[in-house]
Amino acid sequence: MIQLENLTKIFETPDGVVTAADNINMTVPQGEICVLLGPSGCGKTTTLKMLNRIIPPTSGRVMINGEDTSTLDTISLRRNIGYVIQQIGLFPNMTIAENISIVPRLLGWDKKRYLARAEELLAMVALEPKTFMQRYPRELSGGQQQRVGVIRALAADPPVMLMDEPFGAIDPINREVIQDEFLKMQEELQKTILFVSHDIDEAVKMADKVAIFNAGKLIQFDSPDALLAHPCNKFVEDFVGTDRTLKRLRLAKVADVMTPAPTPVKPDDDLQTALQIMQNNDYVAVTMVDTLGRPIGSITRDLATAKRGRCGDHFYGLRAIARVDDDLRSVASAMFSKDTTWMPCVDDEGIFRGEISQRGVTHYLGATYRSREAQQTGVQHGEV
Amino acid sequence: MVKSKKVLFWLVAMLGMFFLGVVSQSSGLIDDFFYYWEDIVYLSVQHMQLSAISGSAAIVLAVPLGIWLSRPACKRFAEPMMQVLNIGTTVPTLAILALSMSFLGIGATPAVFALCIATLLPIVRNTYVGLLAVPDHLKEAANGMGMTPGQILLRVEIPNALYVIFAGIRTALTINVGTVPLAFLIGGGGLGELIFTGIDLDEMPMLLAGAIPTSLLAVLVDISVGILAFFIVPKGVNPLRMNT
Ligand SMILES: Nc1ncnc2c1ncn2[C@@H]1O[C@H](COP(=O)(O)OP(=O)(O)OP(=O)(O)O)[C@@H](O)[C@H]1O
Ligand SMILES: [Mg+2]
Repeated sequence: MIQLENLTKIFETPDGVVTAADNINMTVPQGEICVLLGPSGCGKTTTLKMLNRIIPPTSGRVMINGEDTSTLDTISLRRNIGYVIQQIGLFPNMTIAENISIVPRLLGWDKKRYLARAEELLAMVALEPKTFMQRYPRELSGGQQQRVGVIRALAADPPVMLMDEPFGAIDPINREVIQDEFLKMQEELQKTILFVSHDIDEAVKMADKVAIFNAGKLIQFDSPDALLAHPCNKFVEDFVGTDRTLKRLRLAKVADVMTPAPTPVKPDDDLQTALQIMQNNDYVAVTMVDTLGRPIGSITRDLATAKRGRCGDHFYGLRAIARVDDDLRSVASAMFSKDTTWMPCVDDEGIFRGEISQRGVTHYLGATYRSREAQQTGVQHGEV
Repeated sequence: MVKSKKVLFWLVAMLGMFFLGVVSQSSGLIDDFFYYWEDIVYLSVQHMQLSAISGSAAIVLAVPLGIWLSRPACKRFAEPMMQVLNIGTTVPTLAILALSMSFLGIGATPAVFALCIATLLPIVRNTYVGLLAVPDHLKEAANGMGMTPGQILLRVEIPNALYVIFAGIRTALTINVGTVPLAFLIGGGGLGELIFTGIDLDEMPMLLAGAIPTSLLAVLVDISVGILAFFIVPKGVNPLRMNT
């Protein structure tokens, strides 16, 4: 756990004083990613560097797992904090293996152990160890260098990581790939991470908590969804963008929004049964599944009323199927492209698990706004 | 294209050498030259000793001085100091020799001292500039990973500046070897003895017997420092090995 208490940094410059960090208070729980977000020059890097004391704070404290970092030995503090700088900073005079082994060697690991560790880490980020161990940084592409920068910080398995725009130098497509890789890694490693970014999309994707800065002040500290749904002031609202509700689509999974386990029909069932199910449950349509429970079609109310016979003889084909762990953004995208407002949802095995509709999605997104409004009007009424 | 040019160059060079050889043989120059063989050998050894002692003393003094000047603690006076050293180079070596003689008398000692002073500057400057040119973010990364200042210097700063430092050493030593003949003027010995005596006596072969080995030695030093740099400077920051 990382706690910043009244953390302040004032730079004395020839043109006067610059308050780069102004009384910052926040707590990042063990195992979470906190993204420091804000426009250029707002103090993200300064705040980050005060954690490993590259920049000594003017006042305030940094506590890591309850220990005040100013009371610890700076050198060993730094060896226990993984640090990825904004400019990658691989040492050009060392091979990739040597770069990755720096901190393990400083900590006195034996050669066999740190080389094995370097190989393991390279393999983890999909860089073939045989090819890359003996290469020099200049022989790697920018994206490959950034991966090495990240695993170099992970080498000695530090519980805390500081990452300053670690994926800044990569093109958007590869950035997504590396972000995904990193999140997968984090699922296993459970590091406590402070991550600087100025990209709201990256923040929404990576963060458990987002800290928005402006001019040295911490403006809002919240989960990505709360931040997008309830920006605390005009600055945050502008910063997260006018499409902030659409950005929230990314944060919800199909499983959170779908109607779970509605009753399906089988091809052998009579259309009357289907109609009965729809009437009883107030459905507009019902999903037809095969004997293994995989969705193969749908029956609407109109169809069931107009026709007679077995479901298997009268049904509509499926335009799109959602998976329960897809995010809502891909569902919305599929709905638009397939011109449908309703989709059955399946699990990894393809078994029918639920249904998702456009109304369900809009209802889900609107719910947090309505509850907030209700609260506010409630308060107002109370005052009157 | 480039290759055929190279071949042509060597062909012309060899033909030139051949004709030079023919001309000097027919004029008896080569025989005269070999007349001085014993002197050449004896004085060359002396020459090399002067170079080796003054050169290594210069390296031993200049590299630490350059490192020290590049430390953040010396920031305030490092630049003025470099300016002073720069002015120092504009003083002719001959003047330094004369000054050194007035303090230390004649012989090899003042010669070594003067040569050492004259050789110092390019090494200090290149060490200083090379270390300052190591990007700040590399030092910051090293610092953030928990390296001590000494480890940062040895593992990051010096390896990354080494090519530039070697370039300084190479220039300095080559100049040194070419300057040693002046040592003769204050009784320091070396191949200068043949050169200056040759000039005095208007004896061409004698002059050449001093001048040619001096040039050869200078070229040899230049090449050997180059080879040393090729192997010692880390491959990742060595422009000579960039495409291997
Ligand atoms: N060493 C320093 N001396 C004086 N002022 C500084 C120093 N370092 C940073 N600043 C100032 O502090 C403020 C915050 O800088 P910081 O580097 O933390 O910004 P940032 O949020 O990381 O921006 P970016 O997104 O551009 O990296 C800026 O106004 C900057 O000019
Ligand atoms: Mg920054």
